[in-house]
Amino acid sequence: MLSFSPRYLLAAPVLAGSLALLAGQSHVSVAPDPDNAGLKLPAGFGALKVAETGGKARHLAVTPQGVIYVKLNRVKDGKGILVLHSQPTGKATVTGGFGDYGGTGMYVKNGYLYASSDHAVYRYKLDAKGEVEAPGKGELLVRGLKMNNQHESKSIVLDNADNLYVNIGAYANACQEQDRTRGSKGIPNCPILDSAGGIWQFKANQVNQTYKTGTRYATGLRNVVGLDWNQQDNQLFVMQHGRDQLHDNWPALYTDQQSAQLPAECMYALKQGDNAGWPYLYYDPQQKKKILGPEYGGDGKKEATGNYIDPAAAYPAHMAPNGLLFYTGTMFPAKYRNGAFIAFHGSWNRAPEPQAGYYVVFQPFKDGKPSGQWEVFADNFAGSAAKVASGRADHRPCGLAQGPDGSLYVSDDSKGTIYRIVYNAKK
Amino acid sequence: MTFRLAFLALALAGGAYSLQAQHRPAPKKTPTKADPALAASLTRGAVVYKNVCITCHQADGGGVPNMNPPLIKTQYVLGDKARLAHIVLAGLAEPIEIDGDEYKQHMPAQAYLTDQQVADVLTYVRNSFGNKASAVQVAEVKAVRATLPK
Repeated sequence: MLSFSPRYLLAAPVLAGSLALLAGQSHVSVAPDPDNAGLKLPAGFGALKVAETGGKARHLAVTPQGVIYVKLNRVKDGKGILVLHSQPTGKATVTGGFGDYGGTGMYVKNGYLYASSDHAVYRYKLDAKGEVEAPGKGELLVRGLKMNNQHESKSIVLDNADNLYVNIGAYANACQEQDRTRGSKGIPNCPILDSAGGIWQFKANQVNQTYKTGTRYATGLRNVVGLDWNQQDNQLFVMQHGRDQLHDNWPALYTDQQSAQLPAECMYALKQGDNAGWPYLYYDPQQKKKILGPEYGGDGKKEATGNYIDPAAAYPAHMAPNGLLFYTGTMFPAKYRNGAFIAFHGSWNRAPEPQAGYYVVFQPFKDGKPSGQWEVFADNFAGSAAKVASGRADHRPCGLAQGPDGSLYVSDDSKGTIYRIVYNAKK
Repeated sequence: MTFRLAFLALALAGGAYSLQAQHRPAPKKTPTKADPALAASLTRGAVVYKNVCITCHQADGGGVPNMNPPLIKTQYVLGDKARLAHIVLAGLAEPIEIDGDEYKQHMPAQAYLTDQQVADVLTYVRNSFGNKASAVQVAEVKAVRATLPK
């Protein structure tokens, strides 16, 4: 029931504020920073820096009571998970921490906090206030997952039937005989896919699960960091980090410029048994085709043959989608409801061409499918256009979470800043 | 360096000549300008850097956080030349730590580069991005290549 236009709000903030109070819009007590935390946002939106954690803040989760949990990539002061509590203004304090492991995954569902290290998944019971009951006693749900110095993040999400989905990234660029080496061929029947390069499904409520008790739910996915469960069509959506270094490894086939623009960063809608085709193919957004990888005999034009799924949507190359969130709140205008926010961490693999990304994108959805052109929603995490181009960004958006009032939280794994984006708040 | 020279000038001006005279600096070498062979190596090295190294280590030599290490004022670059040449020729599979930050991405071997190209690019890297260190000679690269398993 947010019926004021942003322009009207700006023109008559006092009147609008009192109307909001009458309408019971409690979220308007959250105060955006005067500079909107340095972000560029659509009209009507505001942002604040919730806290500076100083850690490599990967994914984050907010409980129904508003407690914020942040997963750190590396343990800081003995803690791998930070607990934050907010004031009514939205500013929060780190009030504690636990979990002596680094990692990426952080998710709240049905009274539990789920967290992942780079080779295991844990859960912690939450009490009625959204606090972890026994921080020292996480249940080890899944153990022994592969990790080998690249694509090690084990991102997690749950469906509505007590299943846990875990990304296990491929520990290679394109499954070459010699990883990332010029001219090195791809290994036939890529052996990495046995235990990585896909999404595995486990039970959300069983301890001590391993590869043996889990299911390889989908394969041919190089590395997924952002993933979420779509409630409208009850389906898993993931964002893949596309392959790197087409020019470096195959200079006769690809120029620097082509290498900067290929392949697309792809969104996939997954069903059990799907194969997205890594390492045998990549998606070319100009040709709109699945192209056979040069490691497997491709020349930039030959299409891949085989039973591989198409992406649900495609985005510019190398921007590193690290967070995906389907927005189900009511604070934002109706067009955002059930659409997807995507945090693009920012590229490195476009050099010597300018880098790109470092922003949060909005992808409209209709009936559980991407519908219409994506747009940049929150920009300037980097601090300036020059810092985007050089890749020397001040902040890098990584995780996304929705607060109980419909606020959008964004974590930054460069400096550890936690952002909160709100709509129609008083300034 | 500039600061030290400025201090020296001030000290001289202040009448401390006799004290400073004992520490008069040796005639300053300006190798980049005076040494055409070195200048040519730097020019060739810049081309190799752009073709081979720039994607991971970036135009400013600063690398990529958590993945590809910076080449700016680290012992890996400024220290033992044989170790540095070995990283280029044989690659580096294990993570390394620089100033408390870990860099994990696998560095592929670049053994297809000639000894001259390796010497040139390492000379370039050791004298770019704020670095200042001696040139790498072709013979030094050749000696390291001879130790690699074939």
